[in-house]
Amino acid sequence: MIESLIKSDRAELTQSAKKGAPVVLSTRVRLARNLTDSPFPERATSTQRSDIMSRCVEHMGELKKMKTGSFFEISQLSDLEKQVLVERHLISRELCESEQGSGVFINKDQTCSVMINEEDHLRIQFLKSGFNLKSIWKQIDGFDSELEKTLNIAFSPEFGFLTACPTNLGTGLRASVMMHLPGLVISDQMERVIRAVNQLGITVRGLFGEGSDAMGHVFQISNQQTLGESEEGIMNRLGNVLKTTIDHEVNARFKYLEENRAKLLDKIGRAFGVLQNVHELSSNEAMNLLSLIRLAVDFNMLPEDNRSDVDRLFIECQPGHIQYAAQEGIEPEARDIARADKLREEFRHLPPLAFDKVT
Amino acid sequence: MAENLKCSNCDKEATVHLTQIVNNKIHKVDLCESCAQKKGVTDPQGFSLADLLAKTTFTPESDEAQLVCPQCGMETADFRRTGRLGCAACFDVFAPLIRPVLEDMHVGMTHKGKVPEIALSRQMSHAELQGLRDALARSIAEEAYEEAAKYRDQIKLLEDAATAEMEVSEA
Repeated sequence: MIESLIKSDRAELTQSAKKGAPVVLSTRVRLARNLTDSPFPERATSTQRSDIMSRCVEHMGELKKMKTGSFFEISQLSDLEKQVLVERHLISRELCESEQGSGVFINKDQTCSVMINEEDHLRIQFLKSGFNLKSIWKQIDGFDSELEKTLNIAFSPEFGFLTACPTNLGTGLRASVMMHLPGLVISDQMERVIRAVNQLGITVRGLFGEGSDAMGHVFQISNQQTLGESEEGIMNRLGNVLKTTIDHEVNARFKYLEENRAKLLDKIGRAFGVLQNVHELSSNEAMNLLSLIRLAVDFNMLPEDNRSDVDRLFIECQPGHIQYAAQEGIEPEARDIARADKLREEFRHLPPLAFDKVT
Repeated sequence: MAENLKCSNCDKEATVHLTQIVNNKIHKVDLCESCAQKKGVTDPQGFSLADLLAKTTFTPESDEAQLVCPQCGMETADFRRTGRLGCAACFDVFAPLIRPVLEDMHVGMTHKGKVPEIALSRQMSHAELQGLRDALARSIAEEAYEEAAKYRDQIKLLEDAATAEMEVSEA
């Protein structure tokens, strides 16, 4: 069912024409919204859920942004298809487990997805590569206002947008930025950074989950609080933390390079060598090797164009994507072989690392 | 470790210990493995201690007044157990119980962000309309026909305005 999405040559996260930014991979903003007259998804009967879903789908299909989008009902998707959508950050794990009457509307370039009947009736998400909080907010705000014209959105002047869980009240807004922080991890500063940003009401998670030494040195940084502050206020606060984090990351990289030049170049060189010759590779190891290649691009050792290739491979090397590409159910071991084949092929075409260009 | 901590949810030995600092307040929770799993602490999609605390601090108090939401049937005990609301109308019913929960959870207690003008005015005119309809029914029952006619005209005005607005937004 999701074939058109995977085959698309315009998907924001995997086919972005832009060169990508050092440190920041992508930015997402999501809004939680509910309708006034129906129980929230968890308390709704399956008839009510189906009714909510068809109402939302009908209105959303008319919006400009979604005119060429597609709607998928979760119960119609296979486990593998759901996993692929999770790996692309288009749906949540929670939505995968939901019963009848849940679905997701995804627009053509996969920058906008709306989950229906997850924890709330609507979870609207806009996503872009690079560091883009302000422009995404402008877009999602416009989309939300359009939706509000035809759907009765639950709102109270005191509590703001009403959500099933009080943790999302107020703006219902969660902004989250995916960051590549190898410098802070290698120099053992990540834990300290996490503690410091937690104090500011900002949460740090791994690419797909918990743990400070996350796969591929990729971390999701997002606001925790949603009430008592305007959308701009939330994003300014988050933006300031992100800018400071970027500075720390860049400093950590250069300090490490200065003090451990041979060690760092050796790590990058070995990663490159492995990726060109590997025959069996787990997704975890693939992520960590690709992280070093992204770092190599940031250090001018590879052309800038290769940065978005790495970002694409971060996603395409996930277990679901490898399995989906194989077109048949393959065992984990065969998956590791398929992943290695794919990366070897990709890395065959890269120019040699320009060690002399490292500054 | 000097002593075995007990799970704050059940009484089994706690093996998962969490500390998170939110708004300069330290929150600590000890959980056994099965409770940690249930609460989603091990959920790789991510988890926040604030959510968890929100749930564990909602302990049912037996002498508490039992409120019921007229729209979805949610009761005080349900809210205390799950920490979640059942529908939009729950916020009117459970507001006194929600407010204390928000204090530790958020930056402030009231909304400062975007106001959905259309939805809000629609909600307000809906409430106003309902009030007028009640008044109309009352005055008819009391045979106060002059007043009833006044209410009827006001209702018509509001209804016409609402239809016109819908037509505008559809166009």
